[in-house]
Amino acid sequence: MADALDSSPLALRVSESVGRSTVRALSSVGFGAILAGQSLYWLVLGRRQGQVVRARPVFAEMMEIGIRAIPIVTLLSMTIGIMLAIQGIYQLQRFGAQSQVVFGVAFGMTREFAPLITGILVAGRSGSALAARLGTMTINQEVDALRVMGMNPVRYLVAPSFLAMLVMLPALVIWADLVSLLGAGLYISADLGMTLSAYFGRVLDLLRVGDILHGLEKSVIFAVLIVVIAIVDGASVKGGAEGVGRVTTRAVVHGITAIVLTDMLFAFATTRG
Amino acid sequence: MIEVRDLVTHYGPREILHGVDLRIEPGEIMVIIGGSGSGKTTLLRHLLGLKRATSGSVRLLGHDLAAVSSLELFELSKRIGVAFQGGALFSSMTVGENVMLPLVEHTRLDRETMEIMMRMKLEITRLSGFEDLMPSELSGGMIKRAAFARAVIMDPVVLFADEPSAGLDPTVSRSLDELILELRDAMGMTIVVVTHELDSAFRIADRVTVLDQGDVLFIGTVDEIRRSENERIQNLLNRRFKEEELDPDEYLARLTGERSRT
Ligand SMILES: Nc1ncnc2c1ncn2[C@@H]1O[C@H](COP(=O)(O)OP(=O)(O)OP(=O)(O)O)[C@@H](O)[C@H]1O
Ligand SMILES: [Mg+2]
Repeated sequence: MADALDSSPLALRVSESVGRSTVRALSSVGFGAILAGQSLYWLVLGRRQGQVVRARPVFAEMMEIGIRAIPIVTLLSMTIGIMLAIQGIYQLQRFGAQSQVVFGVAFGMTREFAPLITGILVAGRSGSALAARLGTMTINQEVDALRVMGMNPVRYLVAPSFLAMLVMLPALVIWADLVSLLGAGLYISADLGMTLSAYFGRVLDLLRVGDILHGLEKSVIFAVLIVVIAIVDGASVKGGAEGVGRVTTRAVVHGITAIVLTDMLFAFATTRG
Repeated sequence: MIEVRDLVTHYGPREILHGVDLRIEPGEIMVIIGGSGSGKTTLLRHLLGLKRATSGSVRLLGHDLAAVSSLELFELSKRIGVAFQGGALFSSMTVGENVMLPLVEHTRLDRETMEIMMRMKLEITRLSGFEDLMPSELSGGMIKRAAFARAVIMDPVVLFADEPSAGLDPTVSRSLDELILELRDAMGMTIVVVTHELDSAFRIADRVTVLDQGDVLFIGTVDEIRRSENERIQNLLNRRFKEEELDPDEYLARLTGERSRT
């Protein structure tokens, strides 16, 4: 079989390997969907089957995913807010329309940049940590140990992270909205001589609840993607410590790719209609 | 208690077990021995329902593991204890929390009772005083003993141990053997031990299963295996006797790389 493959024409071999990776990718997606479904199941119905999702690990995860990310989220979203203001003013100057920069900043940040940058950061921080943890646990037979102790690994390992991510990522996005708008506001008020309160008044006039929600909805999807991808990749670990390193990297790359693609698709789907 | 019928299993395309038949009776200590890579851990994974067989069946405490529902498996898991080859302690919890975990998950005992039970098990595995350390602060042998303590915390009906004494010093290894015998005598536990330490195997075994590259070479009592005429089994046993007859001088010479010291 392997020999036959090797002697077959290149085109055939390529299509064979494309086919195989497609099947693998699809089965990963299927596995991911099952994981998400099971996590939800245990969260809602676990108690009845002796598989309680406990509060303590959920809080611990919230701490790790959310609270500990606040400094870096603050720094980056502030920076991006200022960056957007600088570029906006520079471009709009050519039309003498600098004051319109508030428009661009308010929509750009809440609809696009805050969720995107937060998602990417959290994928890098917590998606990787989750994949590494699951990979290490699989290799150390800890996942097997859970199973023989009657503790469903999805319930015990995945569900708490899932819940924590679903709460904390949107929360971080709201924070990023605020901070980035503040950052942009500081720059704009300094550069254009607009007072901060006038700036925020303008922002509030412009933004509708829908704009904020647009960003939050995306962040919920990102949350699901980050956890599911981290777990699927982490569980696919092979070999020792090296294998863990590999799946961790893979989880981050997959996570960020999925976030950026989804972001585009979501924007496309929700702005036409 | 445990019944394996014609078990065939693969890792990828490689066939690992080629039709294993095995019965383990209530209250007996069955020791599975065999060289490294012979499939001992793989067989154990099947006994625990952690791996699906290509063909054949495994029955554990009256349940066919291929057909049990997840709820039955859950109930089953409360009646078995497993000490894995590498310990498999959870690195985010202290030793004590690790050992108590099955109690926390499956019982409604109050914290104090659980802690007392935990300390008792640590006592018998000679780990008392270490309950507040993290697994990363333990030596390899201590991790194994802690894993053993966790495996018996629920007083299981069947206890599985993968290489419980590998890498332990002789005294501790002996005391673990004694503990295994005690558990069987005092509580009538059925115990399945995987090992490649023949001394320990012969000390504790009621019956021995010899695995050789995925085949069962022999099942029988310790006496029977000593009397066996099978060449491969004799090889296995003789290797041990040779080791015991080592000449210390020659051994030292070999270690230091000297050719001959006449
Ligand atoms: N996860 C795995 N993927 C692929 N092959 C595996 C895997 N685990 C074990 N094997 C193969 O199965 C065979 C039996 O391995 P197993 O771990 O059961 O041996 P063992 O008897 O427990 O050895 P040891 O005494 O070294 O623990 C080996 O040839 C090994 O290469
Ligand atoms: Mg093994």
